[in-house]
Amino acid sequence: MTIVYDDLGDEAATDVPVRRIRFTINGAKKVAEVEPRLLLSHLIRRGVGLTGTHMGCDTTNCGACTVLVDGTAVKSCTMLAVQVDGHEIETVEGLATASELHPLQEGFKEEHGLQCGFCTPGMMMAAKALLAANPDPTEEEVRWALSGNLCRCTGYQNIVKSVLWAAEKLRASG
Amino acid sequence: MTQALDEIKIGGLGASRKRVEDNRFIRGKGNYTDDIVLPGMLHMEILRSPLAHARIKSIDTSRAWQIPGVHLVMTGEMMATRNLAWMPTLSYDTQAVLATDKVRFQGQEVACVIADDPYIAKDACEAIDVEYEPLPVIVNPDQAVAEGAPVIRDDKENQADNVIYRWEVGDAEGTERAFAQADKVSRLKLHYPRSHPSPIECCGSIADFNRATSKLTVYMTTQAPHIIRAAVALVAELPEHMIRIVSPDIGGGFGNKVPVYPGYVCSILASILLERPVKWIEDKTGNLISTGFARDIYLDGEVAMRSDGKILAVKMHCDADHGAFFSDAQPSKFKIGLLHSAFASYDIPVGHITARGTYSNKAPGGVAYRCSFRVTEAMFFQERMIQAAAQDLGMDQAEFRRVNFVRDDQFPHRTPFGFLTDSGQYAKCLDVGLRAVGYEDFRRQQEEARARGRRLGIGISTMTEPLGAGNSREYDILGIKMFDSAELKVHMTGKAIVRTGAKTQGQGHETTWAQIVSHELGIPAEDIVVEEGDTDTAPFGMGTYASRSTPVAGAAVAMVSRKIRAKARKLAAHLLEVSEEDVEWELGRFYVRSAPSRGVTIQECAIAAYSNMPDGMEPGLENTAYYDPPNLTWPFAVYIVTVEVDPETGVWDVLNMVAVDDCGVRINPMIVEGQIMGGLTEAYAMANMQFITFDAEGNCVGSNYMDYLLPTAWETPGFELHSEVVTPCPHHPIGAKGIGECAAVGGPAAFVNAVMDALSDTGVRNIDMPLLPDRVWEALTYNRDVSGAPPVRSDD
Repeated sequence: MTIVYDDLGDEAATDVPVRRIRFTINGAKKVAEVEPRLLLSHLIRRGVGLTGTHMGCDTTNCGACTVLVDGTAVKSCTMLAVQVDGHEIETVEGLATASELHPLQEGFKEEHGLQCGFCTPGMMMAAKALLAANPDPTEEEVRWALSGNLCRCTGYQNIVKSVLWAAEKLRASG
Repeated sequence: MTQALDEIKIGGLGASRKRVEDNRFIRGKGNYTDDIVLPGMLHMEILRSPLAHARIKSIDTSRAWQIPGVHLVMTGEMMATRNLAWMPTLSYDTQAVLATDKVRFQGQEVACVIADDPYIAKDACEAIDVEYEPLPVIVNPDQAVAEGAPVIRDDKENQADNVIYRWEVGDAEGTERAFAQADKVSRLKLHYPRSHPSPIECCGSIADFNRATSKLTVYMTTQAPHIIRAAVALVAELPEHMIRIVSPDIGGGFGNKVPVYPGYVCSILASILLERPVKWIEDKTGNLISTGFARDIYLDGEVAMRSDGKILAVKMHCDADHGAFFSDAQPSKFKIGLLHSAFASYDIPVGHITARGTYSNKAPGGVAYRCSFRVTEAMFFQERMIQAAAQDLGMDQAEFRRVNFVRDDQFPHRTPFGFLTDSGQYAKCLDVGLRAVGYEDFRRQQEEARARGRRLGIGISTMTEPLGAGNSREYDILGIKMFDSAELKVHMTGKAIVRTGAKTQGQGHETTWAQIVSHELGIPAEDIVVEEGDTDTAPFGMGTYASRSTPVAGAAVAMVSRKIRAKARKLAAHLLEVSEEDVEWELGRFYVRSAPSRGVTIQECAIAAYSNMPDGMEPGLENTAYYDPPNLTWPFAVYIVTVEVDPETGVWDVLNMVAVDDCGVRINPMIVEGQIMGGLTEAYAMANMQFITFDAEGNCVGSNYMDYLLPTAWETPGFELHSEVVTPCPHHPIGAKGIGECAAVGGPAAFVNAVMDALSDTGVRNIDMPLLPDRVWEALTYNRDVSGAPPVRSDD
């Protein structure tokens, strides 16, 4: 792999610390060289180039950046890239197989659980973590599980329906 | 005999068609501005002012320039040499791009850095040293006009004070006479607080100036790409045909993505200077502290009534706080938007509205946030004044409204402020709502509960609003008329592409515009692709905001489809070898009137347009329509909320939320309901928790998501939506009206009126939004009104 940089002729540039990390993302093994201060969300979006994970705030409140790290729903803006060294990340791009959508993706389409789509990947990843732990949640449990994800468009009612739709389909398919 | 097409099955009007745009969003394959990467792209960050009002004594950028990876550091002084330090606004004012002499609000743009990487750009911003000399701060209109107040806009030649405009409408004398004859006058003063639309996606742009072609392309978060193209041509002095604005997927707009922000201008200049793409994506703090806010307007209103409840006249005075620059996007004739649509639901003979706009040391704005050009304010004031008037008169809330509603047979109805409302069934709407919420039962429960020390409340809000700006006689922005457009190309196999001058930000245009074409031409919706947002390919339009798309662009889609159908009819006659008068149309098919089994499909007409035209006919099946709406459309609604208020904590819970919306013909009922629920949630947010304000030093309180609270799935109530009342718009080609903003317009008053109703025995007449627990507690404990107007204490 060839990377070309501008020669800025300044010695300070070579002092930028870089750490080498290894991680798996959506099943693919990766190696990266990153600054210690690089956020996980930036590693995913700019480093790996998967832009389905969105960034909507600067205070860890909105949840648009939610991914799964070793199966746990995490706001990727609250982790540094170096922290996923040796770990597994799952993003929205890993939900569908080559031939099939994940029931959560189907559910969001069936129940009109999205409008602008910006919060949607984070919502689905948070929902995925919920359904893995609790395959038959009540409406209240869904709302509580998604309370870390903000949406401005939908009013949440259809998002809840979408998750319950997916839960039912997952239970039916065993 | 061929079977007639089923309009719902092919995805025509009324079909709850699943959304086309979902296919990419659910896969994480949306194309939002920050997702776009161009070769050689650089990154821009903005340095913002920490002070609300201060003279800039010096800016030292030398340390920033020395950071490796920094390509350019721009200041106001640099931009001034290119005449770009100031830019014209959409309201005939000017706005600073980068501050030169002074900073005029906390968060104002002072400098920017372009570097290889956003982290480096941020490092360099921190290395810029600015010396400020603080000046006295103004955070509300009273301070703005007080004796000795500093002039914020001392950059403007003829600006001697902080007043921007004075405006009035109605009949002052007639109103005074009516007030003199009133049996009762009800007065209400309140502050509709500043609010921020806060879509989850922040604003941003990628400016790409190509020296080889002299063309500037800007990918950006804009709800109105053609307006931006005109603005950039004006500001950057580039020829209009060499500017291409591309609005890709947008993560929510709500009016926040209409204005021209300094960040866009800086990225454009940087790209021109560096001849490389420059990306600027703001962070949430930047978005909340500097971009177009909404509301921040004070009301002093009076209702004059007869003892039987009939309203004789209304009076309103409004003070609007616009921040440091008057930059609202609104029809230029109306300084305070469509505030004078207030009281349009009621048959009131006379009224008078006066308004004043002032500057302050806050970010610029006023018109935004699902407001339909200040109709949110108009309807909130209306319903809060109605509530207070009914209470003062001792009349039932529902009955008082019923007595004063415009009756079904009074349409078209001229309001005292000059609007012509087109249609409505207000009383029926109210009936449906009251029945759904169980009004009589609730009043009984409320009484019983009161006897046991519990506070239940029910709030009604009824509204109508003018959507679909607007007719060229009255509506323009910077002189450009507010029509909209649609271009339809039917290909030889009968598939089609439609492009409009609107720009969806989640409203589902890619799904719904196809449904209109399907309705008009019988082409299945899945055979029609919809595109918006690229000024090189989209026909000229004024964009999507103020719920104008269905009324105007949607109408254009219907009209262009009819042009296509008219040409197809000629082709059909040619194919069927009959004269045009003998041809009849049913969905998707022309047939011979006297021999109905002889017909041709629209698809057969399409291929004929390319391969078998009659003599003298221009080939092809493509056309464009521009629609100048004859009037605004007037959807109407009733929102009813029931609450329980905890007297010890001031916390209130929503028990029930009923919405009865009439927006005429619904293109896609599923999408319409989604819009209503979104609007209701924003209404709930404004009424319950969203709080952005300023302390005495002009520090913005609530400039990030830690402090500016948005409701999550946990707090947000469920909604019961009703669609039984349908009054088609008499002048819209498919009978549709706007809907996107109705619930945000009418909703807040329902929540506030419910809480006020729960407190109706205390004599408290107003608590400003948001009705935070400590405010409700204060009102209950001290039996007094509670205001939320700035300045607040810094530790609040």
